[in-house]
Amino acid sequence: MRYSIASLFANALTGNRNWKPVWREPDPKPSYDVVIVGGGGHGLATAHYLAKEHGITNVAVIEKSYLGSGNVGRNTTIVRSNYLLPGNEPFYEWSMKLWEGLEKDINYNAMVSQRGVLNVFHSDGQRDAFVRRGNAMRFHGADAELLDKEQVRALVPFVDFENARFPIKGGLYQPRGGTVRHDAVVWGYARSADQHGVDIIQNCAATGFRIENGRIVGVETEKGFIGAKKVALSVAGSSSRVAAMAGMRLPIEAHVLQAFVTEGIKPLLDTVITFGAGHFYCSQSDKGGLVFGGDIDGYNTYAQRGNLPVVEDVAEGGMALIPAIGRLRILRSWGGLLDMSMDGSPIIDQTHIDGLYFNGGWCYGGFKATPAAGWCFAHLIATGQSHPFASAYRFDRFASGRVIDEKGMGAQPNLH
Amino acid sequence: MRITCPYCGTRNLDEFTYRGDATVKRPESIEETARDAWVDYVYLRDNPAGPHKELWHHSAGCHAWLEVTRDTTTHEITAVDRAAKVR
Repeated sequence: MRYSIASLFANALTGNRNWKPVWREPDPKPSYDVVIVGGGGHGLATAHYLAKEHGITNVAVIEKSYLGSGNVGRNTTIVRSNYLLPGNEPFYEWSMKLWEGLEKDINYNAMVSQRGVLNVFHSDGQRDAFVRRGNAMRFHGADAELLDKEQVRALVPFVDFENARFPIKGGLYQPRGGTVRHDAVVWGYARSADQHGVDIIQNCAATGFRIENGRIVGVETEKGFIGAKKVALSVAGSSSRVAAMAGMRLPIEAHVLQAFVTEGIKPLLDTVITFGAGHFYCSQSDKGGLVFGGDIDGYNTYAQRGNLPVVEDVAEGGMALIPAIGRLRILRSWGGLLDMSMDGSPIIDQTHIDGLYFNGGWCYGGFKATPAAGWCFAHLIATGQSHPFASAYRFDRFASGRVIDEKGMGAQPNLH
Repeated sequence: MRITCPYCGTRNLDEFTYRGDATVKRPESIEETARDAWVDYVYLRDNPAGPHKELWHHSAGCHAWLEVTRDTTTHEITAVDRAAKVR
């Protein structure tokens, strides 16, 4: 069923009893042209673009749990394209453009809200660094505006401009950035892929890969063997574990990032704001809660929960930026697993096994990349060639020295 | 999470700095023939779900380098020793 104002009225008049399930729940077929491992945002976006842009519809997406149970339901929903390096910025700007057209493309309300992303700065040196970043963004067709203190005040009058240690002097603002309802992204991509004939198979973990003469021939799963001409891994957070089943070691460590939400309050914050002197970012959800987070915990973990030192650090960042936040109670906090790569940038590439493709290493920035990652991964799977926007995201960049290290920290994942 | 430093006793996590996998071995050779071994050492990790030997620096304490064995699925620490002694 195509959603429209007419379908809305028709269903309302019949008591909303005739809505159909948004996707089918098929049993797996014996084989497919492509099996995508991982039914998160990236895997489902890949299935959508494989079908829609490349006409490849004999595809299954297998998911260990239920759709939206992983990182796509655990992030802080922020989208932006404010990167500096040439290997990154064109990719993230393409993702921004896909976000802008997403709802029309998939006929689904993903609540794309271009409320802006504001990074405040606190010193002349930091302003100069932000000017450089803003110029790099504009060179690649993204939007960026340098705001002075009074312009920041007009946007967010309640932040602490007179903080003795970190006074706010201005900000770099990307008006096209914002938030997207993360669950709706999953459901919308899943619905679109399903309508194109893709089989979405939930509660079906991959347990192994069948590889013959250096070529992938299928996936062992909890629901039996599924043959495949091509297999695409899209399991960020668990990439090392899944890739190990194909005998691969990755330039990745698994880490945890915590997120927090306060009790709901009346509208306060109508943009996304980040603190420049520490790591703290915040937006207000449609339910009224302030959603925020900060640094990763910084040690290898698969536990999906973090520890208290980071909770304290995030709270301190929040208090330094928005003192009023101290009057709110935190309702919930949670953790999501990250593929922290060795240079802080992702990988979308073929592997050394014919027909096995990899998408991962998204660090703490995978959500905003969802549409472009799906777009570029589908392109790679369909054509065998890296998409120009993802041509820097190769495995061999580590050996060749062409790393994409936005922070210039070197091969130490917890510093990116 | 708290770590029991062999010198200082059980201390809070925020006194320690994480370095990563303690099992990677620095290649002896710096010749071009050791290139792959260096790429392995600098970039590739087993990244296991389960027991993990890892290096922690007691940076806000006695400055000892420690080799900690910790389960990455539960955060349970089963062994702590001086890295210099183990290595």
